[in-house]
Amino acid sequence: MDIPVARDRASDLAWPQGGVTRVPFRVFADPAIYAEEQRRLFRGPIWNFLCLEVEILNPGDWRLASVGEVPVVVTRDEHGAIHAMVNRCAHKGALVCLQERGNAKSLTCVYHSWSYDLAGRLQSVAFRHGVRGKGGMPEDFDTAQHRLEPLRVEVFCGLVFGTFSDATVPVEDYLGTTMARMIRRNLGRPHRLLGMHSQIIHNNWKLYAENVRDSYHATLLHTFYTTFKVNRLDMDGGMLLSDDGRHSISYAKRGTLQQSEEYRNVHSAQYDSALAAPQFLDTWTEFDDGVTHCIQTIFPTLVVQLTLNSLAVRFFTPRGLDRTELFWIYLGYQDDNEQQTRQRLMQSNLTGAAGLVSLEDGCINEFVQRGTRGSEDRNAFLEMGGRDVASSDGSRATETGIRGFWQGYRELMGL
Amino acid sequence: MTVREAIEDLFADYAEAIDDGALERWPGFFTEDGEYQIITRESHDAGLPIGILYCGSRAMMEDRVRALRTANIYEPHSYRHLPGPPRLAVQGDGFVVRSNFCVFRIAQDGDTVTFATGRYLDRIVRDGDALRFRSRRVVLDSRRIDTLLVLPL
Repeated sequence: MDIPVARDRASDLAWPQGGVTRVPFRVFADPAIYAEEQRRLFRGPIWNFLCLEVEILNPGDWRLASVGEVPVVVTRDEHGAIHAMVNRCAHKGALVCLQERGNAKSLTCVYHSWSYDLAGRLQSVAFRHGVRGKGGMPEDFDTAQHRLEPLRVEVFCGLVFGTFSDATVPVEDYLGTTMARMIRRNLGRPHRLLGMHSQIIHNNWKLYAENVRDSYHATLLHTFYTTFKVNRLDMDGGMLLSDDGRHSISYAKRGTLQQSEEYRNVHSAQYDSALAAPQFLDTWTEFDDGVTHCIQTIFPTLVVQLTLNSLAVRFFTPRGLDRTELFWIYLGYQDDNEQQTRQRLMQSNLTGAAGLVSLEDGCINEFVQRGTRGSEDRNAFLEMGGRDVASSDGSRATETGIRGFWQGYRELMGL
Repeated sequence: MTVREAIEDLFADYAEAIDDGALERWPGFFTEDGEYQIITRESHDAGLPIGILYCGSRAMMEDRVRALRTANIYEPHSYRHLPGPPRLAVQGDGFVVRSNFCVFRIAQDGDTVTFATGRYLDRIVRDGDALRFRSRRVVLDSRRIDTLLVLPL
């Protein structure tokens, strides 16, 4: 009798001709590829965003996070050092921390009371020496041989990153000069949490990774922007990529709007633009570089945005092959005055699950997921702005950011 | 009609306007300087200012309705509100009112889900000959929105 041999189906996928200008729809629908991503990508040589430093300010604070589907807990120990480890007891594998956030002197698994310090080192186990001299662990049991599986942690501008791989380069090298500079600009001074929520989107996580790097769609799908002249492709702007193409910055300068011929026939630009309450878009200048709008992506699942005065961090987490949780964390600076906080509140209306210029992203990726069902052998076509992976200074009518994502993805996945 | 009955009527009328698709009526349930906010329980409890949607005036609500009618893109769907009974207290020239709600979302293919549960924290005043919301804070039990939120709750 022939015994079926398990095949590594992720690697039998032959990437189509055309390299990063083609994406096989199968990568959004194949459970084997999804499983392979958990191993090769999320546990690979990349930095995963875990949480914000402001969420774990005090000794003993913890916060749950995810790396791919792996549950992670991030802690601050009694000396102020930040640790991250898999939230999985070294004994039977149960979750150790159950609440989303908390504060404790140690972390104890509820199942058999295995107890860990805030760095994840096993301190004690219940009934180690048995009960009334009977039972207990073997004589050679050594707590030092057991611990919560650690991640390496680095903090950059208040963003806490973790990696499973020893091969991951330091965060600043991972980001590159251009990306590191923009994060410093937006998050380099003390900030504080103004609110958060999340959104379940019914699509593979990579469709959102594409979507957020897609400067071509922004003014076409999100017609509120075009209409109210917040952001149009004919404003000065562009798409900057890191040297490896994985990270991107889409930026615009609101003050430089010119009427261009090409927009005359675009539906979204013809909608009557008068707002009854335009004050919510009033801005003050925070930086003297003229950039009023920037969406920065950090591979694979982090986004930092400053749209007018709306400062936010988004990140997304796979919750299954066609299910993704998208988190929105709104921020302000610690020295904001009341009026500035109010303006950030007003402009938070632009983004999020109900965002005037972002709510469409809650369904558009699902439309791709549904539209490509039964077409796993077909490909997406990505040649807007050329076929290469390079910064596009001066134009956002490009898919170069998406091509850059796939370049990085293919390297890590061996596809 | 007692105040309680009038407030129950206001709740029923508010739910009817949204569920029947008469969204242009929605801003009229608020005073001109009325506030409307949808926020998660987590952020509300932590005293954080930013939720999921904020309107600081009736005019902002009118803009929301015009945006969802003419600019925003989403699959057609409707809501069914089940407002709970109000608990009210007199405060100043109006009433502080708390109530529970449940909202189902019905998609065009018939898929019906429990879209939101939570509580309304309202300040209601007499405005001319009607009772109107000076503020309505929608505190969601869950931090998660399924797909997107475009129609008011």
